[in-house]
Parts: sequence; C-alpha cells; structure tokens
Amino acid sequence: MNDGKMTEGIIYMDHAATAPAYPEVTAEITKWFSGWYGNASSTLYSVGRKSEEGVARARAQVAALLKTSDREIFFTSGGTESDNWAVHGAAIANRKKGNRIITSAVEHHAVLECVQYMGRQGFDVTVLPVDQYGMVDPAKVREALTDDTILVSIMHANNEVGTINPIVEIGAICAERGVLFHTDAVQTVGKIPIDLSAVHVDLLSGSSHKFGGPKGCGFLYARKGAKVDPYFHGGGQERGKRSGTMNVPGIVGTGLACEIAGSHMAQEAARLSAMRDELQKGILERIPDVKMNGHPEKRLAGHLNVCVEGVEGESMVMCLDMNRVCVSSGSACTTGSLEPSHVLLAMGIPVELSHGSLRFTLGSANTPEQIPYVLDRLTTIVGKLRAMSPTYRKR
Amino acid sequence: MYSEKVLDHFTNPRNVGEVENPDGVGEVGNPVCGDMMKITIKVDAKDLRITDVKFKTLGCGAAIATSSITTEMAAGKTLEEALAITRQAVAEGLDGLPPNKLHCSNLAADGLHKAILDYLSKRPEVKINVPEAVIKRSQESEEHDHDHNHGEE
Repeated sequence: MNDGKMTEGIIYMDHAATAPAYPEVTAEITKWFSGWYGNASSTLYSVGRKSEEGVARARAQVAALLKTSDREIFFTSGGTESDNWAVHGAAIANRKKGNRIITSAVEHHAVLECVQYMGRQGFDVTVLPVDQYGMVDPAKVREALTDDTILVSIMHANNEVGTINPIVEIGAICAERGVLFHTDAVQTVGKIPIDLSAVHVDLLSGSSHKFGGPKGCGFLYARKGAKVDPYFHGGGQERGKRSGTMNVPGIVGTGLACEIAGSHMAQEAARLSAMRDELQKGILERIPDVKMNGHPEKRLAGHLNVCVEGVEGESMVMCLDMNRVCVSSGSACTTGSLEPSHVLLAMGIPVELSHGSLRFTLGSANTPEQIPYVLDRLTTIVGKLRAMSPTYRKR
Repeated sequence: MYSEKVLDHFTNPRNVGEVENPDGVGEVGNPVCGDMMKITIKVDAKDLRITDVKFKTLGCGAAIATSSITTEMAAGKTLEEALAITRQAVAEGLDGLPPNKLHCSNLAADGLHKAILDYLSKRPEVKINVPEAVIKRSQESEEHDHDHNHGEE
C-alpha cells in the first residue's frame, strides 16, 4: 500500500501512532502547494475558487464516509485540536445549562487532559471507570448523568488496546437526556463503519494521518444544532466555526483518504484481523506468562496489546527495533514520563505487569509473511530479557 | 534519544547473571517502579578487591545499560575504589542519559554499593572508609523501595 522504498526492510507495526499516506493521497496533495495554491477563502478570483472547490469536494468525501451532511464537517489541524475544540467549545457554550462533564478513564490525553483543565477552570468532572477490557458500560453513563451534565465525551475505540465502545447505546442515553455526546473517533474513522445518520453523536473527532491521509489535518463533525463555541477565533473561516487559513493540501488529502479507506474498509479489516490473530496465536503458543489486553471480539482489527511478565516494555521495543521491527509500548519510559499506561491501570492490570506492555497495530504497511519473522524475533528477545531479569521465574 | 554507548551496553550487556556463592548481594528498585537490579560480587578477602561482579536487571534500556557499565567499572577495583563510583560517573561513562532516566533507571551504582555494604556487614573486622553519601544513598534507597517516591533528581 505504501511505496515502501525508504522503509524497505523495516517491519512497521505501529499504525495507531501514524500510518503511511496512500500514494494516491501523496500525489494529489502535491498539486495543491505550488500548483493550485489559492486561499480557499479568496473566492472572488479563479485561483481561490479552485481551492474552494477542492475543499468542498473533500468535505463531501468525509461526509460520505460518515454518512452525514457536508455542512456538519469542519476541518482542523488534527485529532488533538478536534478533541480540545469539542470539549472546550461544548463546555463554554453550555455552561449556563450546567457544569458537569463526564468522560472515561481510558480517553486519549487530548480529551483527558482537556477535561481535567476544564475541571481546574471550575467545571465538575466525572471520570467513568472501564471494565477489564477497557470498555465503558452504558449503564454507568446513565447513572453518572446529572441534571447539570452538559457534555459526555467517550472515545469510539481505544488507541492502546483497540477496544470499541458501545457508542450507539451511549449516544441514545445522552440524546434521551438532551446532553451533548462527543466521541473521539481518531482510531476508528476509515477503519470501522460509522453511520452518523443512525447513531446519535453530536461531536466526533477524526485525524487524517491515522487512515492514510496527511499529518497536521483532521476534522470535527458537529451535528447541526449542537451548541458548540469556536475554539479558534479570527477570520471566520469554516462558517465562523474554525478560523484560520484552510490547509488546502491537507484537506484535499483527507477527503481522498476517506474515499480510499471507505472503498475497501471491510476487506482491509478482514486482512488485518487475520494477520493479527496469527500474531496473537503465535505469541500465546510460544511465549509463556503473557496477558492479552483489550476486548477479545469488540476490538479494532489491527490491534494487539500484550503484557509480558518479567520484562519491561521499552527494552522489548528497543530490541525489536534492532531487528528492524517498529512497535510501541504503553510503558512509560518510551513516552518520556515515568507513569505506566493509564489505560492498562484503569483496566485493573497490576502496575508491575503494565510495565511490560507491548502494542502491535497492523495496517497498510503489513503483509502476512512478516508475522512469522516478528514472532520469531519476539520469542528470542523475551527469552533473552527474561534471562536477565532478577524477578522472572519460569513457572 | 540514547547515546551509542548506551545502545552498545544495552545490545551487548557485560557480566549478566549471578556470581556463584556471592560475598555480597545488592538489590535496588522495585517492580512497581519498573526497574529492579540485583548486583552480586565476589571479593578477595586479602586485598579487598572485587574479583567478580555480575548483574540481573529488569528495566528499560537505560537500566540495563547502566547495570552493564557499572559492573565493568567495578571489576578489579578495590572496595574503596568501587564505593567511589557515583551515579554521575556511570551516566558520564555512557556519554550521558536522557534527563528522565537519571533517577529511576540509574540505580546500578547504588546496587553495587549495597552489595559492598552487605559484604562489610558480614565482615565487621574489615575497616574501610565508607563515604557519607553512600550510607545516605543506601538508606534513601530503602525508603525508595518502600515509598516509591520519584523525587526530584
């Protein structure tokens, strides 16, 4: 799927961090830098109108993927901006109605940190627990809803373990109570079907580089009538909702990536889950004392998160890198903080075990013949690191 | 993020394992913190020299690399010389460590000192100069084990 020339010989299994752009997307984007370079707001002349057309087509492509109207799609600089806009904008716009924001313990930091910030600004915050798979129970949302709740923000699928939340049920509960429902769908757009004509979601965040589009671009879906203040104030682009000169190359690439991802979503999910299941089976067969994380079925096709007892995550990531395999670890050391993964801890995984987490996220850069090699390397690495560990004892 | 030296010691760690019938054992860190080290030493009773030193470490790249280089620095040294090996010297020996790795992951010198103190506790007749800082560190490391307090470093 990617041209693979620069990364030849490297096995990239960290698609939840970022994914290669589709070559068609890369080719399309380049036309909009110095070719059709117009400002999409300068519509009185031809060059600007061309950019406006490009943006309009992209907006329609995004809307088509999500089965909604293009008037409800607003382009942003990516997932973090979309999440911040949704939380901040909804809280500020509705603060006369109430003061409570509900979220979950396993949200991406772009939501969690933003909600905590709003808490420091005087909003009341409820952080819902999750079950052992990292899933939010809709009944818990119902219990937590108070008369002064103005926003519920629950992610569609978790970035670390891939567990998919029941957003249909959660959305229905929020709709019943007239409370805005935001979902961070950064991991799911282009991966699993999202039908906004059938599910009650008021706000939905997407990030282009996660599904074959460019970095630095994303969008927020805001249902018509959803009361949300702008986050970026300025020249009034995006119908006054999101100011700032439009990132035309990024937006055009986002639209095309939506179209391509949407055209083969089911096939790609089947291809990825077959490889993922092979990897999972191999790990369970060959490496003792491991724990698979995330929901066994309601999980993204490419996600595999495993805790390896007696080994620290960063060491495994480094050893795999030396074998030209790129994966990530929820373990703190890789991300530069000393705290273990808040997601794994919220799922009730002991701190000691959470340090040994490893995340494989498969995607367009992967092929089935890579799996045996990765399994082979991983088995050797875990054996070597365990032999070095003062705590690990073979059972 | 890591220097070539860290990667070298991480990839080819020196002196992995446990010394048989060790004269001193030093364990530092805890699994909740994510880094644990066990240093075992063999000491020549006559000239008070470390004749063998090995490590076992659970931890990140920095934890493994610092353990490896510490054993290399300690091998063949007298106990007094080995007690003078500081965390800073270990980090410098590796051409530096990322700032967030200086505390938790750089425990190997403490582990080595603990192993020496363990040896000395079994040989009260041996009188050598133990630096104040080492004694303080060893007490702090006990507290660290219990409180899991990531202090400023």
